[in-house]
Amino acid sequence: MSPEIILPVFIPLTAGALSLALWRSIRYQRILGVLANILLLWSGIWLLMSTTDQGFVTMEMGNWPAPFSIVFVADVLAAIMIVLTGIIGLAIAIYSLASTPRGHEKFGYYPLMHLLLAGVAGSFLTGDIFNLFVWFEVMLLASFALLTLGGERAQMEGAIKYVTLNLFSSAIFLSAVGLLYGMVGTLNMADIAQKIGQVEDTGMLTVVAMMFMVSFGVKAAAFPLFFWLPASYHTPQVAVSALFAGLLTKVGVYALFRMFTLVFTQDVDYTHNILLWAATLTMLTGVLGAAAQFEFRRILSFHIVSQIGYMMLGLALFTPLAIIGGVFYIMHHIIVKTNLFLVSGFTYRLLGSYELKDLGGVYKYRPLLAVLFLIPALSLAGIPPLSGFFAKFVVIRAALEAEAYLVTFVALLVGLLTLYSMIKIWAEVFWKKVPDHVRNTEELKGNLNEKHAWAYYLPMVGLAICTLIIGLYGQPIYELAEMSAEQLMNPQLYIEAVLGGDQP
Amino acid sequence: MESLMAYVVGIMFTAAFYMMLRRSIVKLVIGLMILSNAANLLIFVVSGMTRGAPPLIAEGASAPAGMIADPLPQALILTAIVIAFGVLAFAVVLIRRAYEVVGTDDLDQMKDTDT
Repeated sequence: MSPEIILPVFIPLTAGALSLALWRSIRYQRILGVLANILLLWSGIWLLMSTTDQGFVTMEMGNWPAPFSIVFVADVLAAIMIVLTGIIGLAIAIYSLASTPRGHEKFGYYPLMHLLLAGVAGSFLTGDIFNLFVWFEVMLLASFALLTLGGERAQMEGAIKYVTLNLFSSAIFLSAVGLLYGMVGTLNMADIAQKIGQVEDTGMLTVVAMMFMVSFGVKAAAFPLFFWLPASYHTPQVAVSALFAGLLTKVGVYALFRMFTLVFTQDVDYTHNILLWAATLTMLTGVLGAAAQFEFRRILSFHIVSQIGYMMLGLALFTPLAIIGGVFYIMHHIIVKTNLFLVSGFTYRLLGSYELKDLGGVYKYRPLLAVLFLIPALSLAGIPPLSGFFAKFVVIRAALEAEAYLVTFVALLVGLLTLYSMIKIWAEVFWKKVPDHVRNTEELKGNLNEKHAWAYYLPMVGLAICTLIIGLYGQPIYELAEMSAEQLMNPQLYIEAVLGGDQP
Repeated sequence: MESLMAYVVGIMFTAAFYMMLRRSIVKLVIGLMILSNAANLLIFVVSGMTRGAPPLIAEGASAPAGMIADPLPQALILTAIVIAFGVLAFAVVLIRRAYEVVGTDDLDQMKDTDT
């Protein structure tokens, strides 16, 4: 028995149910929101320690032996993702104390947040492909509701695109699961991986692989399936934006990593080559889209897309070093991207706008906030010694070793253009004077009428420290990525851990 | 029977995509409904159709005798139907709210958040 594997799902689900029971008391819901996420982080760290210790932690539901039961499997990658979920969940829970309007809190903001985290954690931990679909839907439903909370015009328009594309991708996912079940007769991922070699119709198998790629590609916002993301991520409350930006697309990336290292490795030349081109174009279109934007959160949304490209690049090259790079990139990106959204939320609180032309003067009056922006922004662009530099360095080095020179060139170019975008924000929001047409500058210039100013700063400072740690003290983090890459590149280990060693 | 069902699944997917590509948001939701049903039917068909052989185990035996129908797809489809029901309930409320807030049911008019 290893309870740590079920806790990351159990804690948010229980907290969500309790928050519903405490519907009338916003105060207790807030306390519960922070407490549950501290527990989630703790259980994630526990799980990470167990997995680095034992390699794999598994649990069979209802004590039925695997392949018949639904299994939960945690390897190092899954445990890393759970820790990151805990970190982001905690940061968002604290940030929400200050930033979320009263009306949203009254209509179930906290229960939905817990439910979303439960869905995310379940997707990371499950070892059953149909169960993965169910967790996806749990996550999606919570995200739909969070996205539309408030009901403004932009939110409705964004939500229609978000809901449609995500339901479409779920339908494709479900069809692919059905087809795969028809071929191998099992839903357990380890069992599928084992039996997939016996399938005679390899052409059909590639078709199913492509269906999975399309479905997860939509969730991960990969080229050319990303259009829902910049159309919706800038519409909800900033804490919700930050939560989505940090975690949701990464669930898609994680599912891609899982399926295309464990299950669909029989035709690497074909599938991973497509992934490679998708990754390259994702990087490029994302960053070019960002260059054309002049709204704080839209720029950041497009950068999510371009950064997804780097992670997929790590997977597509499919060498041990590249996988390390991909995993390292995920760790770096989740923290940095959430932090940037949090900063954008605070500038909105100060000046009441996300449009770059209506912002300005933050560096003069709020130097600490400027530093807090600069750390994740430069990290995102890949300036040493911050986390982004090492993440990019590993991925690009893997690309060079694989002699994919064009891709390397694009990756470097995208880094440069990311820097351009970040400088654009820096110059507009932080460096230029407060524009003359902005009347309401009292809060910027000092007297912030805010009881909970600490709740804005604490998560931003915490995440910035995480970025610095990944950058300056990177060796242990790199070793974690190395361990997870070793497990990902040896699917046999996963199969043995789930099904036991005595399988044929 | 299987080949007939294959055509039915194909027609349902086609109809779903056609409806989703229309401009009206109501038709979009109808398309999504048909799409999820098409996926369910697909699971049902590809996992093999066995006629008149329920998966029952005789008393005293530990395994069923002979060919039986696979009971698992039913469970999958049932789960998928429940999920699709919840999601569609949300989608219907969403399009109603969107219609109220935006004031149009034409998807081509909903371009404010596009880039």
